Amino acid sequence: MTPPLLEIDNLHTFFYTDNGVARSVDGVSLHVDAGETVGVVGESGCGKSVTALSILRLIRPPGRIEAGSAIRFEGKDLLTLDDKAIRQVRGNRIAMVFQEPMTALNPVFTVGDQIAEVARIHAGMSKRDAMAKAIEMLRLVGIPAPEQRAYEYPHQLSGGMRQRVVIAMALVMNPALVIADEPTTALDVTIQAQILELLADLTRRLGTSILLITHDLGVVAENCSRVVVMYAGEVVEEATTPDLFAHPHHPYTEGLLGAMPKVGGTAERLATIPGTVPPPTVWPAGCRFRERCAYAWDRCATEHPPLYQIAEGHVSRCHLAAEPERRAHPHQPIAAQPGVTAA
Amino acid sequence: MTLLSVRDLTKHFPIKRGIFGQVSGQVRAVDGVSFDVAAGETLALVGESGCGKSTTGRAVLRLIEPTSGSVQFDGNDVLSLGAGDLRRLRRKMQIVFQDPFSSLNPRMSIGAIVREGLTIHGLAEGAAADARVNQLLEEVGLRPEYASRSPHEFSGGQRQRVGIARALSVEPTFIVCDEPVSALDVSVQAQVVNLLQDLQRDRGLAYLFIAHDLSVVEHIANRVAVMYLGHIVELAAVDDLYGTPIMPYTQALLSAVPAPDPGVKRERILLAGDVPSPANPPSGCVFHPRCQHPARDAACATIVPPLEEKAPGHWAACIKQPPTTVSWEAQKEAGGTNPPDFFLPRAALHRSVDATTAH
Amino acid sequence: MGAASIGHRSDSSVRGRLVSDGRVRLALGVLGCVALVAIFAPMLAPYDPRLQLDISHLQSQPPSFAHPLGTDTFSRDVLSRLMYGTRVSLTVALVAVFLSATFGTMLGAIAGYVGGAVDAIVMRVVDAAFSIPAILLLIVVIALWGNLSVVTLTLLLAGVGWFTISRLVRAETLAIRDADYVVAARALGASGWRVLTRHVLPNAIGSAVVSATLSVGNIILLEAGLSYLGIGVRPPTPSWGNIIEEGSTRLSDVWWLTLFPGLAILVTVFACNALGEALRDALDPRQLLPAHDDAPIRMNG
Repeated sequence: MTPPLLEIDNLHTFFYTDNGVARSVDGVSLHVDAGETVGVVGESGCGKSVTALSILRLIRPPGRIEAGSAIRFEGKDLLTLDDKAIRQVRGNRIAMVFQEPMTALNPVFTVGDQIAEVARIHAGMSKRDAMAKAIEMLRLVGIPAPEQRAYEYPHQLSGGMRQRVVIAMALVMNPALVIADEPTTALDVTIQAQILELLADLTRRLGTSILLITHDLGVVAENCSRVVVMYAGEVVEEATTPDLFAHPHHPYTEGLLGAMPKVGGTAERLATIPGTVPPPTVWPAGCRFRERCAYAWDRCATEHPPLYQIAEGHVSRCHLAAEPERRAHPHQPIAAQPGVTAA
Repeated sequence: MTLLSVRDLTKHFPIKRGIFGQVSGQVRAVDGVSFDVAAGETLALVGESGCGKSTTGRAVLRLIEPTSGSVQFDGNDVLSLGAGDLRRLRRKMQIVFQDPFSSLNPRMSIGAIVREGLTIHGLAEGAAADARVNQLLEEVGLRPEYASRSPHEFSGGQRQRVGIARALSVEPTFIVCDEPVSALDVSVQAQVVNLLQDLQRDRGLAYLFIAHDLSVVEHIANRVAVMYLGHIVELAAVDDLYGTPIMPYTQALLSAVPAPDPGVKRERILLAGDVPSPANPPSGCVFHPRCQHPARDAACATIVPPLEEKAPGHWAACIKQPPTTVSWEAQKEAGGTNPPDFFLPRAALHRSVDATTAH
Repeated sequence: MGAASIGHRSDSSVRGRLVSDGRVRLALGVLGCVALVAIFAPMLAPYDPRLQLDISHLQSQPPSFAHPLGTDTFSRDVLSRLMYGTRVSLTVALVAVFLSATFGTMLGAIAGYVGGAVDAIVMRVVDAAFSIPAILLLIVVIALWGNLSVVTLTLLLAGVGWFTISRLVRAETLAIRDADYVVAARALGASGWRVLTRHVLPNAIGSAVVSATLSVGNIILLEAGLSYLGIGVRPPTPSWGNIIEEGSTRLSDVWWLTLFPGLAILVTVFACNALGEALRDALDPRQLLPAHDDAPIRMNG
């Protein structure tokens, strides 16, 4: 079996704040195979974006990737590379697409210059060749009249166009992996559809792997072959997309699916997850989802659940895997009991 | 019973240029919008950024002065009220905001925030006001002990509850909900949506629910108005709109929503290009440059389509979706080549709920 | 989640951050000493600051046990003059800053909130005032009016100090005016006055306080400069500036006459600026820790 393209192994990224140590990413392991699109879903504060930034070592103080973490990519451990070597990986073998295209682009350079710069840095192209490459990339991502658009500034483009430029920039060096951190969250739904279609098309044509970070289960369902669900700094469930949506195992995943109003859905009332995510400085002992969970029992308070194997390629961090009969007896979660405030 | 009646509401923002602020153009943010909201009803206003939905919501409350049009609320002509009468009427019409971080004064405790409306309208004082504040906080699911705390100590969802309590404090009959759950995480969003529904049931509130998230809208609304570039292009009961959208823009909008269900592969209508600038809207039908209707022709670029009742209670603005009051003769005169008989009925979305996805 | 979810209050309060800031403690210590000297000058000063002790024997004496900071050319005790000078310089500066900050804040807030013609007029006046250096303006006024009392001087200093603050407060007000919580207050039926005083001003005042604190140092320097030019506080009333002025002609031999008031100005201005900067950092809303769902930094969009 060939090793995966990217393998994150036991990643811990902590932030040393005035309020204590925030264990934002607390032992995350996941992998991305060549040509695959993997979704990482979770809500604010679950650690998904910090995980993405950790891959390229873009964590700045007070944040720190802890010893014992490993991120293997194309046979190298990214965490042990020197500064020069990691810069060779950034933008070249692994590229990032961020949520807010306006802040990802430099307002004082034309979009063509910015794309060309990547080609000049990593491929040592001449100015002229790099500009030609930039125009080619703009055409690839479906920007009309790229010869003119290349000489425009970011503020002259719409949000959707800017995100296409950012994607063009990410793809210049034909990277093996693109990390897309909420690439469509800032965009309108019709523009989001355009961008997602573009990403899917590019992976088909170029064979690029994508790690898609999002809070939107709809985006995951339509674009990813495999899903990793994160909660409170940990992976709580991982499965192929059809498997996860058809047979969610972790109560948090179940809750997320139920809380999403669906077009075409008929539910009178949305299922909710009571309470809020605990602060990352004080993750509870035992299961971190316990207080919000309708199945929690005493074992969940004391024993931190490991990732149980549910089925082939399906793991879940929930003791229900060991005692499945308890699923038949849901109760009021602690966070929903009287006197305890909902979020 | 009609509680709010809006007719031909228009808001143009002047574009000022140069040091003397000459007006060089108008941004037609809201351009002739009409709708009614019945007591106890939820009318949703949906559309993409820049379509004018938020401006409409604020213009109805006169938090922005409309350029023209009329707003009748509960027997009052809102736009002609004097400052004092308007302040008194504000008791009955409230607003809840999108951003839970900027909607609460960071220098006031949440108790003081909820109490302010009581003081302004002389509804309660002293211990009675304290009791009322506690009751309101409880009603929105917050502990009364939190009254003395500052907004920054709360999470987004909790702040949004404070904003709702503030709106409720003056006992309104109508609330403009301006994207109240867009900034929240999915699980928290569901809590707030449920809270809004509970409050509506218990108090008979009417909502003008402004949103861009079509799935939330389908869940909460009775009727839906779709806005594009300052116009309402379709207005119908929620089931009609989601089941048989008529206006091509609505069809594209609905088809673009990603479904959280990997088994469903929908035919997606990908719109070309971006929304044009409201400072320079297209002629005729504002949607025509991006329209995918097979009968689209020169007439669409010339004739402004009226919002007309295509089916009982289902209004849409499209001269190519019959029946239409714009005659074929008139369309031909305007350069039309395709008669309006290409009706595009589209069961926009799959409507069966997969039993295996958890509920 | 209850109480566990909201536990950051003491660490994130403005006061908490100020108290834990070393700069603040040092600056407050220095300013406290200066203020005590000013208040208790009559008790602390060993001599009458205006008394010419012995014009023939005690003229321009270097520092000694009897006169720790020496005596001046009129045989007056420099330490006593410096202490009384602190009174004058500090009072002039504080009163001038208080007046200019109050006036500037009010005008800026009204201009920003009301907008339109009011705003345009106020801001054109401010622009015009900004284009003339304050010291030049003062020299012209003093040249026209001649001899000025300390009270008039204070008013004049206040008169040239409000522009900066009013422009700052106006800018803040413009941003706050459209904040959702202000719209919410209007939607609740709050009057314009109530919105201004309860919502706009409390949020705009932070930057005004910072600016005022920073300008205390400026006003002290300005007053010293004017007194040095001989058109500020007039002798024999001592101020830091006019003590330096008296020593300026004999800098090489009577150095103690310029050095000690110079040090007093340096230390005081430095402390004011340090305090101002610490306040600015502490009041920075980005420093207000959001609730935990965004902690530690807004990275997990």
